[in-house]
Amino acid sequence: MKLNRIAAVTALGIMAAAGTAQAAEMVVGFAQVGSESGWRAAETKTAKLRAHQDKVNLRISDAQQKQENEIKAIRSFVAQGVDGILLAPVVATGWDSVLREARDAKVPVFLLDRQIDTSDPTLYTAAVTSDTVLEGHMIGDHLAKLTNNKCRIVELQGTVGSSPAINRKKGFEEAIAAHPDMKIVRSQSGDFTRSGGKTVMESFIKAEDGGKNICAVFAHNDDMGIGAIQAIKEAGLKPGKDILVVSIDGVPDMFKAMANGEANGTVELSPDMAGPALKALIALKSNGTEPQKWIKTPSTLYTPATAAAEYKRRAPLY
Amino acid sequence: MRGSLVPLLITVGVFLAGTLACSLEFPHFASTLVLGDTLTDNAFLGVVAVGMTFVIISGGIDLSVGSVIAFTCVFLALAIQRHHVSPWLAFPAILAITAGYGAGMGALIHYFRIPPFITTLAGMFLARGLCFVLTTDSIPISHPLYQHLYLYAIDLPGRGKLSVIAMIMLAVVAVGMVIAHRTRFGANVYAMGGNRVSAEMMGVPVARTTIMIYMLSSGLAGLAGIVFSFYTSAGSSLAATGVELDTIAAVVIGGTLLSGGQGYVIGTFVGVLIQGLIQTYITFDGTLSSWWTKIAVGILLFGFIALQRGLAILSARGTRAVAA
Repeated sequence: MKLNRIAAVTALGIMAAAGTAQAAEMVVGFAQVGSESGWRAAETKTAKLRAHQDKVNLRISDAQQKQENEIKAIRSFVAQGVDGILLAPVVATGWDSVLREARDAKVPVFLLDRQIDTSDPTLYTAAVTSDTVLEGHMIGDHLAKLTNNKCRIVELQGTVGSSPAINRKKGFEEAIAAHPDMKIVRSQSGDFTRSGGKTVMESFIKAEDGGKNICAVFAHNDDMGIGAIQAIKEAGLKPGKDILVVSIDGVPDMFKAMANGEANGTVELSPDMAGPALKALIALKSNGTEPQKWIKTPSTLYTPATAAAEYKRRAPLY
Repeated sequence: MRGSLVPLLITVGVFLAGTLACSLEFPHFASTLVLGDTLTDNAFLGVVAVGMTFVIISGGIDLSVGSVIAFTCVFLALAIQRHHVSPWLAFPAILAITAGYGAGMGALIHYFRIPPFITTLAGMFLARGLCFVLTTDSIPISHPLYQHLYLYAIDLPGRGKLSVIAMIMLAVVAVGMVIAHRTRFGANVYAMGGNRVSAEMMGVPVARTTIMIYMLSSGLAGLAGIVFSFYTSAGSSLAATGVELDTIAAVVIGGTLLSGGQGYVIGTFVGVLIQGLIQTYITFDGTLSSWWTKIAVGILLFGFIALQRGLAILSARGTRAVAA
């Protein structure tokens, strides 16, 4: 009799424990743009890692760069009754109706790495992005320090009209505005690609007396910076010494270039966008803490001094 | 005359089996919510696939539909958002433009004997190029009609909703079925696909029918573009890339013979649903790469083409037996 009761109590206890364990397991959908670049792949990998640490069941949908696939993914996440959705929007427009459905179903949506263009900001819970103006500002300050506030700079812009290109340029110009001897003498778009960066840099070198008049190149992303390094080498100059190279993103190849003394600094765009979003979601779900509307990821400056170690540390992510 | 019912029955069977399997695996799957979502998400594909069914039954192909959808979206975004044209004026205008575009391609195909593949390939590049000439931006459409369209959705029992664009798609499928099976034009399309020469000798107006087929296909692509613009409330030059191939896949999985002459509009509709089902399964699972959608569709396509070949050989043997 007594034994029976003990068994029953134990069984109840186990069931209760199982119940709480199940309640703790959150299901989160992640509508990802695709896997078009190394940075994007690192973002997905980090998301998986963070989900594992936070004991979240993360369902990832790769949209293959198509908006309709991302919309479909959000709809099926809502249909599955997920606890939250992470969305890395492929374009800025066209999210209103599907996000309204998510809001009606009371599913919080976090935007990752890009903002959207909407008339109703209550459609999403929060956006996790970096401060792209700050990135430009930091690398500008770094260059000022390296050159004692005196430098003729050539600039490799990102895709014309894209928000990182506009904001990084703005931040960089703010930083050098304080120093009258620092000037951007030439500026052209390299479209965020290596080949674009290389071609534009070649023409800059030709135009500036074989590169003798250029003190530094500022590239809006690392890929263009790496292309510029190639062009500088082919012109018979030493990148990192004859012409300084600074850029933004913090991809592994840039750390490698810095370790080899061919580049002088990069500001990392953290691929860990999902981590802060998941933290905010868990806080929202467990005690109703409303997250900040804009969660900024940290921007960190890296210099050649630590490049080799940082390259090793990042290897498993890429 | 419409050909064997076997491919259609197999398509329906695949769809039912797939739905059953998904429902057993995922508890949330068998709901009106998922049904409504599938219809809404694939509305533009369904609309354009009805037009493609006519083209393929007639023995042709239309590669321009994806670009025409994108062109329509960009045109609408520019007209409604930038130039403040009423949507009720912009919609008929773009339908007329796209139908005219199709009529032009149909005329080239018929009068200059240019293969449909090449003509519509040129049409595809032309329409996509025009999008980028008009604008390279992605333009949001914030007209009240676009903002409030969701209010007109019909509530289904459960949590599901039948959206306006899903209703448009269902209407297009219904009208397409009537045109295919109950009108002279429909009969002419089947006759042309079966055997063009004998159709001509039987008095089928081949020129008019060819032009009308491509007009219908492009016009429906225009309508699909309107649906797509409702779907995303935006116009982007990059919209609907590769949709022509998804459309052809839906038609073939739906049991239409690629060489023409046989097929059903309702089969195409089920073909669209099967593609939607595969995508939904993959998102519900959440661990599979979404590229498995393409692999699954590829395997299905291969299966259906093999099946068509098999049936053709069987029926040829049957005819010989009767003749002997």
